[in-house]
Amino acid sequence: MLNVGKIEEGFVLDHIKAGQSLDIYHKLNLDKLDCTVAIIKNAKSNKMGKKDILKVECPVELLDLDVLGFIDHNITVNVIKNGERVDKKFLHLPKEVKNVIRCKNPRCITSIEQELPHIFVLADETKEVYRCKYCEEKATNRL
Amino acid sequence: MRHLMSPLDFSVDELERLFNLANDIEKNREKYAHACDGKTLATCFYEPSTRTRLSFEAAMLNLGGNVLGFSDASNSSAAKGESVSDTIRVISCYSDICAMRHPKEGAPMVAATKSLIPVINAGDGGHQHPTQTLTDLLTIRSLKGSLSNYTIGLCGDLKFGRTVHSLIRALLRYEGIKFIFISPEELRIPDYIISELNDKGVEYTEVTSLDEVIGSLDILYMTRVQKERFFNEEDYVRLKDFYILTKEKMSMAKENMMVLHPLPRVNEISVEVDDDPRAAYFKQAQYGVYVRMALILSLLNLAPEVLTQD
Repeated sequence: MLNVGKIEEGFVLDHIKAGQSLDIYHKLNLDKLDCTVAIIKNAKSNKMGKKDILKVECPVELLDLDVLGFIDHNITVNVIKNGERVDKKFLHLPKEVKNVIRCKNPRCITSIEQELPHIFVLADETKEVYRCKYCEEKATNRL
Repeated sequence: MRHLMSPLDFSVDELERLFNLANDIEKNREKYAHACDGKTLATCFYEPSTRTRLSFEAAMLNLGGNVLGFSDASNSSAAKGESVSDTIRVISCYSDICAMRHPKEGAPMVAATKSLIPVINAGDGGHQHPTQTLTDLLTIRSLKGSLSNYTIGLCGDLKFGRTVHSLIRALLRYEGIKFIFISPEELRIPDYIISELNDKGVEYTEVTSLDEVIGSLDILYMTRVQKERFFNEEDYVRLKDFYILTKEKMSMAKENMMVLHPLPRVNEISVEVDDDPRAAYFKQAQYGVYVRMALILSLLNLAPEVLTQD
């Protein structure tokens, strides 16, 4: 059993699907922050069998819940202060995400206008379908 | 300020008022001959389309306005690498309203977000072609009396045919519409449209044979298989003449069935059908001018009763 120490202030992302932690690390731009990050892969989970966990030592305001909700709204977000969990945030599907994924439709205007943000809009909440704001192409993956 | 990106941008009530205006224009052309005096329409066509562009230009000229623009990306600043966002900012300084066609999907929407003048989507790739949809709706409404309770057959390229996608979505807002999709397997209607129909509980059937269903149709909407939508020439050649509407096929149809086509037609409707009173595609082109006239007036707020201004 591998032990990773407590963090003083930051957040712990639990119940990440096994194998997705590194992608989430990049999507949350954690690679650009000067902070301590522990990436735990394939931890044992009663609920999921295997799961990944991310522990991040940084001000919690830096966490983009919309991006996380878009990637997987089943991830648990534990907010840590003074070494203790002070809050548990529930994620929801954001109405819109900007520059998280790119539109893959070669006919989309985003394929030629480089400065345009890649925006995906929640088109069907029940089916969790996002579509490109410009061409309405369905987002095929979240990572 | 309002723009037109998709036929769904206008409410059913707004469409009713727009069509009433178009019918009034049809009956009283002279009344509107100077309605746009001093106004200029810019037609920014990044891909060639004689028909739609001329229809817009005719509409503005009939209203007494002026027209400027380009008809091919190679003749425009786009060839020098200018973005759509920059182009529309400049066009906003030269004109009062802009009709934009672009091969890239969503380009007119990008323009609308940066524009100081109303922007009309005159077709963006395989995505939307709202003024064609307005034309189709006005034609059906004017010649058949209403927009409800029809079995509508859509035939040909249902995969890339943006006119078809726009028309289906627009008709979903009316009562008693049943769709019959007639296409080769490779050009079937996209899943997201099917999914919308299922969600709304709209009745539809998918078939490959036109003969099998033509007798049950109130409206037959034919489409051309468009070469420019294919990345592969071989597929285009194989599919382009899949359906040809002939006099013989028309003999199996109802006496009051209406044949529509967004034009240009290539081989999919035999010329012998043109004299059939049920062939409405040339009248449809005329209604296209009336509806664009009504649209220009409405977006310029010269017919303030039509659209609710934001």
